[in-house]
Amino acid sequence: MAESEQVTAVAAEHGRPVVIVDQLHVKYRIFAGGRRARGRASRSGLFTLGGRGVRTVHALKGVSFTAYANESIGVIGHNGSGKSTLMRAITGLTPPAAGAVYATTRPNLLGVGAALLPDLSGENNIVLGGLALGFSKGEVTGLRDEIVEFAELQDAIELPMRTYSSGMQARLKFAIATAKHHEILIVDEALSVGDRQFRERSEARIREIRADAGTIFLVSHSMKSIRDTCDRVLWIHRGKLRMDGPTEKVVQAYEKSRTAGR
Amino acid sequence: MSVADYAAAQGLHRVGARPPLWNYLKQTWERRDFTVAMARFRIQAEQQRNRLGMLWLVLQPSLNALVYGTIFGLLQAGSRPDGWAAYVVIGVFLFQYFSSSLNDGARSITGNRALVQSLAFPRITLPISVVLENLMALLPMLAVMVTAVLVMGYPPSWEWLLMVPLLALYTLFNTGIALIAARLTVHVRDLTQVLPFVNRMLFYTSGVLFAVDKILASYPWLVRLYDFHPLYQVLQIARGLLMHRGEYSLHYWLYFALWSVVTFVVGLLFFWVAEERYGRE
Repeated sequence: MAESEQVTAVAAEHGRPVVIVDQLHVKYRIFAGGRRARGRASRSGLFTLGGRGVRTVHALKGVSFTAYANESIGVIGHNGSGKSTLMRAITGLTPPAAGAVYATTRPNLLGVGAALLPDLSGENNIVLGGLALGFSKGEVTGLRDEIVEFAELQDAIELPMRTYSSGMQARLKFAIATAKHHEILIVDEALSVGDRQFRERSEARIREIRADAGTIFLVSHSMKSIRDTCDRVLWIHRGKLRMDGPTEKVVQAYEKSRTAGR
Repeated sequence: MSVADYAAAQGLHRVGARPPLWNYLKQTWERRDFTVAMARFRIQAEQQRNRLGMLWLVLQPSLNALVYGTIFGLLQAGSRPDGWAAYVVIGVFLFQYFSSSLNDGARSITGNRALVQSLAFPRITLPISVVLENLMALLPMLAVMVTAVLVMGYPPSWEWLLMVPLLALYTLFNTGIALIAARLTVHVRDLTQVLPFVNRMLFYTSGVLFAVDKILASYPWLVRLYDFHPLYQVLQIARGLLMHRGEYSLHYWLYFALWSVVTFVVGLLFFWVAEERYGRE
């Protein structure tokens, strides 16, 4: 009870909450490859039929926080700490094992790459990606020129996407994904793609989205882009929320822990 | 006040919650452009690197029918049904619509893991677009089928138009099958290893390559069982329409319509119930 009163009090201070993460647990079940998993491995009857154990990885262990409108929140942590899992759970793409995520509208992951087909031309991929994001046919046609221009692909747009360099592909994906207005957007290390010039423009695009009354989560290993873009930072450590606070304070603590060797 | 109540009071909804069936269908309808585009572009992408391109959509099944027709034609000799070429082409082509819907449907969720884990949309669009893709691939095959029927000396008639409702029912049936297979594969991945055998078994037991009543004449109870075999019914109705054989009973329409609607509804519900699960592993 006391906790929820506290939540309400905080809300009065910050304005409208847009995402509430409540005691979120996420577990992955993995079929133990190779040698049979023994001892600690948990098992469920059906799947042990072939003599293969099932291992459960507890990726998130009770994370709670509330994000408010217009915040831009950095998410930092070591590799494998659960950052990406947390982001996928916030979008509802990875179902929680316990706890829940509440949001005003469904948060969007900045990732449309999976919907695209390498054998199709860039042109057709813009249509496919746009439709996958939920645009109507007419809207996609309207946005086409803007996307091509932002991705700087005027000359290559007729060619199949598999012939693009990785930088060109990343530009196209970023341009399609950010063409949509997102109220709550999650960017997972997208800023590190492309050359320097494109990185600057994509950071500008992110700020634009933020100014558009959106809330942004930025997952990154670059403390520079976290400092440039975010005003609040979540530090995820081994599936738990280790620290949550103003950017400078959390980033300093994080860097200190890294130089200290742990 | 619990967190859930507080969230509700602030106008927040639980993310990833399965929508009620009606809303789910509405969202699916809103994604129809995406579903169609995915089917169309995937066909295009698959043929992209072949020199003969789209021609393979017709060549591949035709070669298939040629091989089966020759071998089984020789083996059966005397008990071969009339209009053999047309008989085989109708059987092989129409059966392929089913088997590829089953195969691709089973992989529609597990094979698109990255897509399922990065974008939110009703997952049902994936198996539906797979069936649509196979329907699109069937259309040029129908032209070959009609040619084979004409070459074998069966004149065209108005009855041929009844192929349209038949294919509509068949599509409904295949969608139901694809939906069921899609969810089952999510639970038990090993199913993809078993499917080729299931397909092969159905291929040889659905009367694709032989006249059931002739070959199984000494087992009358088995022949009677075929009156309830949905795939056999499709093939027999199609042959009856295109080859004027009048060998199928009108009951088949009723039975098959029932099969289609029931399979589709069961598939839809079965798939929708597990909506929150897709993308977990």
